[in-house]
Amino acid sequence: MKLVTGNDLVSGDVIWWTGSGWSRFIADAVEAGPDGEATGAREEAARRVNGPYVVEAADGPLGPVPLHIKERIRASGPTVRLDLGVQAEKQGIA
Amino acid sequence: MTLIRFRDDEAHEEPAVTLDAFFGQSNATAVRVEPGEDVRVLLPYLDRLQLIEIAFPKFRDGRGYSSARILREAGFTGELRAAGDVLLDQVVILRRCGFDALVSDHVLDADKVNEALARFPAVYQKAADAKQPVWALRHG
Amino acid sequence: MYKYDEYDQAMVDARVEEFRDQCNRRLSGEMTEDQFKPLRLMNGLYLQLHAYMLRVAVPYGTLDSRQMHMLAHIARKYDRGYGHFTTRQNLQYNWIKLDDAADILAELATVEMHAIQTSGNCIRNISADQYAGAAADEVADPRPYAELLRQWSTFHPEFLMLPRKFKIAVIGADEDRAAMKLHDIGLKLLKNAAGELGFEVYVGGGQGRTPMVAPLIRDFLPADELVSYLEACLRVYNRYGRRDNLYKARIKILVHEIGADEYRRQVEEEFLHVKTLALDPPAAELERIAAMFALPPLDPTAPAEIDRSDPDFALWLDQQVVDHKVPGHAIVTISLKPTGGIPGDASADQIDVMAKLAREFSHDELRVTHAQNIVLPHVRKADLYAIWTRLEESGLATPNLDLITDIIACPGLDYCALANARSIPLAQKITERFANLDRQRDLGEVKLKISGCINACGHHHAGHIGILGVDRKGEENYQLSFGGSGAEDASVGKIIGPGFSEDGIVDAVEKALETYRGIRIEGERFLDTYRRVGSDPFKAAIYEKASV
Repeated sequence: MKLVTGNDLVSGDVIWWTGSGWSRFIADAVEAGPDGEATGAREEAARRVNGPYVVEAADGPLGPVPLHIKERIRASGPTVRLDLGVQAEKQGIA
Repeated sequence: MTLIRFRDDEAHEEPAVTLDAFFGQSNATAVRVEPGEDVRVLLPYLDRLQLIEIAFPKFRDGRGYSSARILREAGFTGELRAAGDVLLDQVVILRRCGFDALVSDHVLDADKVNEALARFPAVYQKAADAKQPVWALRHG
Repeated sequence: MYKYDEYDQAMVDARVEEFRDQCNRRLSGEMTEDQFKPLRLMNGLYLQLHAYMLRVAVPYGTLDSRQMHMLAHIARKYDRGYGHFTTRQNLQYNWIKLDDAADILAELATVEMHAIQTSGNCIRNISADQYAGAAADEVADPRPYAELLRQWSTFHPEFLMLPRKFKIAVIGADEDRAAMKLHDIGLKLLKNAAGELGFEVYVGGGQGRTPMVAPLIRDFLPADELVSYLEACLRVYNRYGRRDNLYKARIKILVHEIGADEYRRQVEEEFLHVKTLALDPPAAELERIAAMFALPPLDPTAPAEIDRSDPDFALWLDQQVVDHKVPGHAIVTISLKPTGGIPGDASADQIDVMAKLAREFSHDELRVTHAQNIVLPHVRKADLYAIWTRLEESGLATPNLDLITDIIACPGLDYCALANARSIPLAQKITERFANLDRQRDLGEVKLKISGCINACGHHHAGHIGILGVDRKGEENYQLSFGGSGAEDASVGKIIGPGFSEDGIVDAVEKALETYRGIRIEGERFLDTYRRVGSDPFKAAIYEKASV
């Protein structure tokens, strides 16, 4: 499946297109379909995302799982600091 | 396109010809230099030239800054115009390199330009403008 | 160290307001990202994997306790309580928000710090030897010249839109502790036969995709012509450096393509012209700056005897401490490479501890090394035990300087948007494999460097053992190279064979070092043995098929 991702302009957070907005949690991401780039461009012009691009992912039990390790790291946080990033929030650490 | 000038004289009317065209005709008084062109070929003609336009097709291509300084160092006193992708944020360094006119692809607000030019109270190095670098101020 | 006068302070203050205005114009949509990006980079602000990253300048790696405390404060207030010391002597914060950036710069400005030109296609932080001013082998302290060049390069109107980034290093001794020959311009202080101070000028070194050792362009440049000559060097680069291909835009490519002789010719021609412009600051300016780098009042009669009866203290002493040029004193390196730790990272608490130690024991001065450690440059030998005790309490007393676990590593794919592979977990695994200190000391000096991509921020080309992370069909893979050096015997490492998985390369490194132990001659480091015997014995050991 194809997801649209980018960074939040203000916070720099990694964000994922949910179909109606942007979420920091990849579990909320939706299949962007063929219009992913156009969606990204529209959202970027409105400053709701910075530097959007399309990413390949597979379906997983807890939501989409990006195929490339870089995107998996973006989706969760640094693998060497499990207390930082989205992964920590999901664990209730941060 | 905004033209902003920092000169008291009238803007030069004659359009700037390309470097090739300049060397093809004997009476042009305005020439345009592209980033990859060697501005030193104009050194013998500086007395005749009233306007030299330095093209900035992309603001990140900084070759025009060297071209401008070289011309001022050689004694060119005519209008030195930066043309193209010129943003507010390049105005200070363009002036310091000797440009006294800007024609930008973007809208430039004259008030913001003046604000930018007044922002830094001192400069660290000598350039093509008349500003004294800090080391000169420190040691009289 | 250098102290701002009202001009320096006014410059950083104005820069903060300029940047604040630029951020507002970006946030309001008046500027696009394409227009904003080069501007934010020139204030050290990157957009990385998880957030914005801010790179704070530590000019030539020197700072005082007040500045260190501010770095800790910013880590706590605006980031996640830690910072990362880099291979260019700077500090990076990884979790910055755009709308905090100008406030952070404003706070830094209150302690004479900034993030000016720590990124972008401009002249970057000028680095220097971390023992400058304290080492006995120095001809002169390189830092006054680094400061002179810092000011010259700051907001230099002609050189803010170069083809690519530009890195300068200055050293003052024969031993090159700053990897000077792997910089765009490397400057080495020396005296000529008449006793006059000047520089050897090397131009065109660098790492990245096409590593090169800089050729010597000028064998003696009088010290008072430094600015003019560099102006000429940079002008030739700005005019003729390639702008058609991002990967061929550094000055090393220009020097390589036209040849060192032709580059020198063009520079000398431009230099003749530039000299007529009177760009060099007067001697009085260098004297003014140099006076601020005068040696602190160190008492040469301070006791030199050290009580070594604590064996752990003795181990640390032997590894981390070298003699100062003043008797009774020493230079201490604080390791930021604990076993299993993240190389170069320090918590806000640790940064505060180091700041206090500097104020109490090192005449309020610290250095950041390009190997991502911290130095206390002016310490009394009599205080070493007390310093070690305090470092121990804060996890800062690992005795591994220049040993296998003193790894240089870039942040890699855990943090960096440019990376192809992670570097930190690999560094952690290697330090764990070699955790035994006796083993480390037996192996001796091994400079192992890891980069997560070809940009080589981990300086892997200059590693005795270098590791480059690559993306091999979506999987992380690691290439192993031997024989690099960033010292005065600068050389670029050579890849020895096919790449490895993360676990595979840890095994390969171990096999290489065991091979070294088996064939080394007395006194040889790993690098020396490799240079003597070549890669064959190592390849045989690493790539041998396991017998069934």
